[in-house]
Amino acid sequence: MQLGFLVDLHLCMGCKGCEIACKVENEVPLSTWRLRVKYVDVGTFPETKRTFTPLRCNHCENAPCERICPVSALHYLENGIVNIDKERCIGCAGCVMACPYGAIYIDPQTQTADKCTYCAHRIASSMMPACVVACPVQANIFGDLDDPTSNISKYIQTHQGDVQVRKPEKGTNPHHYYTGGGNVTLNPLASRREEGHNLFNDITKLPLGGHH
Amino acid sequence: MVHETLAATNAVVTLDVALPDIFWGWYVTMNMWAKSIGTGLIFMLFLLMKKNASEMEGLRTSTLIVSFVFMNIFLLFTWLDLHQMWRMWHIFFYPHWTSAITVGAWMATLFVGLEFLMIVVMLLRNNTAAFDKLLFWVTLLAIPVTLYTAGIMAEATARELWQMPTESAQMILAATLSGSAAMILIGGSKLSDETRTFFGSVLGLSALMAFIIYMSEYIFGAMKAEEVAAILEYVKGHGEYATMFWIGQWVAYILPMLLVALSRVKNSTAMLNLAAILAIAGLWVVKHVWLVIPQLLPLS
Ligand code: SF4
Ligand code: SF4
Repeated sequence: MQLGFLVDLHLCMGCKGCEIACKVENEVPLSTWRLRVKYVDVGTFPETKRTFTPLRCNHCENAPCERICPVSALHYLENGIVNIDKERCIGCAGCVMACPYGAIYIDPQTQTADKCTYCAHRIASSMMPACVVACPVQANIFGDLDDPTSNISKYIQTHQGDVQVRKPEKGTNPHHYYTGGGNVTLNPLASRREEGHNLFNDITKLPLGGHH
Repeated sequence: MVHETLAATNAVVTLDVALPDIFWGWYVTMNMWAKSIGTGLIFMLFLLMKKNASEMEGLRTSTLIVSFVFMNIFLLFTWLDLHQMWRMWHIFFYPHWTSAITVGAWMATLFVGLEFLMIVVMLLRNNTAAFDKLLFWVTLLAIPVTLYTAGIMAEATARELWQMPTESAQMILAATLSGSAAMILIGGSKLSDETRTFFGSVLGLSALMAFIIYMSEYIFGAMKAEEVAAILEYVKGHGEYATMFWIGQWVAYILPMLLVALSRVKNSTAMLNLAAILAIAGLWVVKHVWLVIPQLLPLS
C-alpha cells in the first residue's frame, strides 16, 4: 500500500476549511501549521486572478527529512506515510533544513519537530484525514496509489498530463500531487513577496522557544 | 528563468504563513567556528611534529588544551542548539546512520575523548612518545570530524547554496586557516622564524583558497540553480547581508593575506599576529553569513 494525496486546484476555492480541520484534529498550536493554504494574486488590475494552493508534507518516497534525522524520529510507515515520533525528536531542526517544501515546524509547546502525517492516527482506524473530510468541494482526493481502482489512481489516470508535484527537480518523489496547478502556484520563486502586501499584515508569531 | 517572468505574470503572494526564517542561528555559527579552531590546531600540531619535532617542546600540552577547550565550546553550542537538549543521549541509543548528524556526534565524542586522554598522558606521565603516537590517530580522526558538518549541510536539501564538495573544501580550509592562526598565537616565541613563516604560509594559502571558492560561488553560483541565484541576492547589491558578507571576506581573507605577505617583507611578527587575530575573528562572520542566507529564502 502506498497512500497518496491529490489536490485539484481547479476546485479549491481557498476557504481554508482544511487548515482549520487540521488544526483542530492535530491540536496544532497557534502560529504553526501542518497544512496551510497559500494565496497568490496574478495579473494587473482589473485583469487579476487569485489562486489557492494547499501546502502540506508531500510524504516523499525519497525523503531528505527522514535521512537527516539523527534519531529516526522521522520514519516510514508500511502504508508509505512519513511519520514522526515526537518522543524521540531531539529538536535539532535538521529536518527543517532538509525539507525542500518548508513542511516541518518546531512545535512551540513540545519543542519537537512536527508536520502533516496524513492523519496517520485516523488512517489506522480506517478514517479519512481530517482535511479531506472538511473540504466542501472535494478538492482533496486521498487513497492508495498502488490500487488502480482507488479514487486517487483513477483521478491521476483521467488527468494525465495535468498531474504535477512540487519541486520535482529535488528528486524527493513526492506522494502528493496537484492538478490544475502552474508555476505560480507550485514554485515559490515564481511570485514576489512584498512587505505590507499581505491580506492580514498583522500576523504575529509566537516565540518558538528557540534561543536565537 | 522563472525570475524573468515575474514582471509578466505579476504574481504576488498575498497570504502565506511561512516558517519563521532563521532556525540555525549563531549557536550553529559558534559550533562551526569553534570546531574549526579545535581540529585545525590538531592538524597544525601534526605538521609541526613532521616539520620540526623539537619545537613541540612546551607546545604539546598547551595546544592540546586550547584545542580541547574549543572542541568543548563546539559541543556545548551544539547541545544548547537542540530544542530538546536533555534528550541528546537519543543520538547514541537510537542512532540513525543515514544522518551526518549521528555520524558526526559519535566521531566528535571519540575525538574529544582521545584529546582528553592525550592531555592526561602529558600531565600525569609527561609521556611524549605515547602522545606523539596518539597524535597521528587524532589527526586522522580530525579530518572527518571537521568535514561532517559539510555532510549535514549537503543533506539539508532545502538549502541549495550548501553543496558537496564545496562545503567540505570550505570546512577543511576553515580548519587550516584558524588552526594556523591559533598556532601562530599560541606558539609565539617558542616557534622559530622559519616555522612561524611556514604557518604564515598555511594561513595565507588557506585564506586565498577559501576566498577563491567564495568568489566563485558569488560570481558563478547563480548559473548553477535559480534558488542559488535568489539566495545570493542577499549578499549582492543592496542585499540584507551584503555588508556583513564583505566585512567577513575582508577580515577573514583579504587583510590576512596582505598582512602575511607584508610580514614576510618586513619580517614582522606583529603583523603576522594581527593577520592571525583577524583571520580567527573574520571566520566567524564569514561562516555566519553563509549559514543564514539560505534560510531566508521562502520554500513555499
Ligand atoms: S515534504 Fe518535507 S517533511 Fe514531508 S516527507 Fe518530504 S521532505 Fe519530509
Ligand atoms: S528536529 Fe527532531 S525530527 Fe527533526 S531531524 Fe531533529 S530529531 Fe529528527
